[in-house]
Amino acid sequence: MVKFNRFTLDNGLRAIVHEDDTTPMVVLNILYDVGARDEDPDQTGFAHLFEHLMFGGSVNIPDYDQPLQRVGGENNAFTSNDLTNYYITLPSANIETAFWLESDRMLSLAFSKKSLEVQRNVVIEEFKQRYLNQPYGDVWLKLRPMVYKKHPYQWATIGKEIKHIEDAKIEDVKAFFKKHYNPQNAIMVVGGDVKTADAKLLAEKWFGPIPPGEKYHRNLPQEPDQHEERRATVTAKVPLNDVYIAFLMGDRLDADYYVAELMSDILSRGNSSRLYRNLVKEKQLFSEVHAHMSGSLDKGIFVFEGKPLENVSIETAEAAIWEELERLKTEEIPADELTKVQNKTESTMIFSEMALLDKAMNLAQFELLGDAGLLNHETEKYLAVTPKQVKALANKLFRRDNSSTLIYLAEKS
Amino acid sequence: MILNRKTPPEFRAIDNITLLRPAHQKLGNGCNIFCFNSGDQELVRIEWVFGNERFNPDKPLLNTGVNTMLTEGTGTLTASQIADKVDFYGAFLQVDYGYDQSQVTLYSLNKHLQHTLPVIRDIITNSVFPENELETYIRNQQQKLQVQLQKNDYVARRIFNKALYGNTLYGLGADADTYKTLHRDDMLAHFKQMYQPSNCTIIIAGKIEPDILELITDTFDKDWKNAVVPADTTQPELESSAERFYFTEKPEALQSAIRMGIPIINRTHPDFPALQVLNTVLGGYFGSRLMANIREDKGYTYGIGSGMTSLKQSGSMFIATEVGADVCKAAITEIEKELNLLKTDLIPAEELSLVRNFMLGSLLGSLENVFSHADKFKNLYFAGLDYDYYDRYVETVKTVTADRLQQMANEYLNFDRFYKVIVGKY
Repeated sequence: MVKFNRFTLDNGLRAIVHEDDTTPMVVLNILYDVGARDEDPDQTGFAHLFEHLMFGGSVNIPDYDQPLQRVGGENNAFTSNDLTNYYITLPSANIETAFWLESDRMLSLAFSKKSLEVQRNVVIEEFKQRYLNQPYGDVWLKLRPMVYKKHPYQWATIGKEIKHIEDAKIEDVKAFFKKHYNPQNAIMVVGGDVKTADAKLLAEKWFGPIPPGEKYHRNLPQEPDQHEERRATVTAKVPLNDVYIAFLMGDRLDADYYVAELMSDILSRGNSSRLYRNLVKEKQLFSEVHAHMSGSLDKGIFVFEGKPLENVSIETAEAAIWEELERLKTEEIPADELTKVQNKTESTMIFSEMALLDKAMNLAQFELLGDAGLLNHETEKYLAVTPKQVKALANKLFRRDNSSTLIYLAEKS
Repeated sequence: MILNRKTPPEFRAIDNITLLRPAHQKLGNGCNIFCFNSGDQELVRIEWVFGNERFNPDKPLLNTGVNTMLTEGTGTLTASQIADKVDFYGAFLQVDYGYDQSQVTLYSLNKHLQHTLPVIRDIITNSVFPENELETYIRNQQQKLQVQLQKNDYVARRIFNKALYGNTLYGLGADADTYKTLHRDDMLAHFKQMYQPSNCTIIIAGKIEPDILELITDTFDKDWKNAVVPADTTQPELESSAERFYFTEKPEALQSAIRMGIPIINRTHPDFPALQVLNTVLGGYFGSRLMANIREDKGYTYGIGSGMTSLKQSGSMFIATEVGADVCKAAITEIEKELNLLKTDLIPAEELSLVRNFMLGSLLGSLENVFSHADKFKNLYFAGLDYDYYDRYVETVKTVTADRLQQMANEYLNFDRFYKVIVGKY
């Protein structure tokens, strides 16, 4: 149980406070309701590039990092297809520094040309390091456009291509800030060694004077249901063949979300999971095989990935994954097996309460979904899932005409 | 009143840092138990830590192989049964192989410990390394290794470790053929000698009610006996290579991995905390000189950092990054420039005070929960140090002078003596 209090400033900034007196630290987490899905198709990678620019100085504070480090604080941020999240942890005695820094960059950035130039290079190196210079690094750049034909999830947060990042102009940066970075599009969570009344005073002092800005109304093309089997094969200089089978699934608020997550655990969580036991250990077809979900807010992806052993053909490998899926579609899972993944989920939730930053981020993300209090009802939703629901969902998702299969072949040298 | 956004709010430096200290007891069979009792959640993390057996160059993978395969079958439980039991009770079981120690870790809710503990007991007293599981393990490791060897940073790390530490546990970099030296009989013998109570330290962290502790001591005292021959945890001497420059060309690389550094003192040396301050200035935090110059000014890389390792027989300081292939030489020139600056110029007062505060805040922030307190203890205990180490650390961070840091840079950081590894283009 993660307790919290909530208030909203006059300018529309939503704030949540989680008091935790077991730590000498505080966290200030700011989530902006903007991600790669909000980008122009001709300017992809922009939300993430922008995240880098948020550290390039704000209107009154030329350097973001130094004053924070000087008071013993650390910070970081990440961008996903759905949202952008910034966080600071620091000793609670110095909490005001965090409010000072975060409020100034919500007020306005410095929009330095030098910062744009350097961060463009840094992000291009990040593109190379994570997506191009790694074996299989570009898989998601290829798989996303197969699954999404309409929805902007068809590109990854890093962007479609390096050129989009090279082309970013300071005017684009300013326009993006105006559209997305204001109190109405943000959620603040303060957690740790702090009292709600004090957090409120600080929030009003530092964030209160920021103009509300314009509320961004998201209106994205939604991905239609899929009714065709999609396949692609690529060959690259990688050591082993790799098979990806992706299925389009419901969105984060779909009641099936919890069923899907447990189904993915049954298939792939831990050494007792079906894929590991049957395909790696017993049939000895793969060196590794996994299932997981993208967990996105709009319609998501349920994906299988496996590297077959060298003597196993792609056809055999694919058929073996499908055989496991057919089993889920025709046989109800034993009650014990479901209890097992439910127990695991329950203990994961309890263990996650030991980590302050995780709690703060979770509260922010559930508030974005509509209510931070949802966090405390997660476990019961997982516990309510039945074997019948698992079977029904397997039949709904795991259809050939809802699949996108990417075969990644090792180039024979 | 108009809000002054230009001036930073007042701040306070961190005064002192309180570490939780464990309760200690020694079981009849020689096994030491340390308990960190704190926290609100009804759960524990329990670690069983064993000193690694002496390295055998002809059978270099025994320490890794035995540790990794502990979950693959015992005299009474198959690998599947072990996995089923652990997963059914919502527990997490990990085996981790380290340079000096190997361990088994259990995360469990207290209410399920009566079911999960016997599985661990079985694993560390009765593992059998079934032949068919060993074959699967070897085959899958060989496949995964092929993928790893395509990653420039991975290759650079292997070459670096080999150069610094030679043919030892620290320098080991297996290839596909090395796995052929793993045999079940050797593993069983290794297991029996290494995994015995007198070579085991149990560290418990979480909410430890008396009945929980009793359950644990019962399970790991009664009938768990030492073998006739004790574990041999001595290790052969490290041998650094004479060659200090290694370039592996990858003609199609978009980025080059750079790793460079030197063997240096470890945590037991009085200079270690001050050297950590120097390391932080150079590359130990986001605002460090390497980051400020090579990422934030030049944009050559997504990230660069320096770090220090403290091992039982040695320590090292290293710099690691992946940079655009076309700027590899330029990046190395900048690294050298930054190292030399530490030797020729005093660190400005403002920068040093920032680093002091950052390091203290970082230490405070690293004590997130009871598990982190146990981790700090492990750093001390296995290096043979006491809690006064952290007192000295805090004192050094607060007071070490710019003069002293400059001296240390001259004493320890000789760029010409650095081992330099480049994988990609140069």
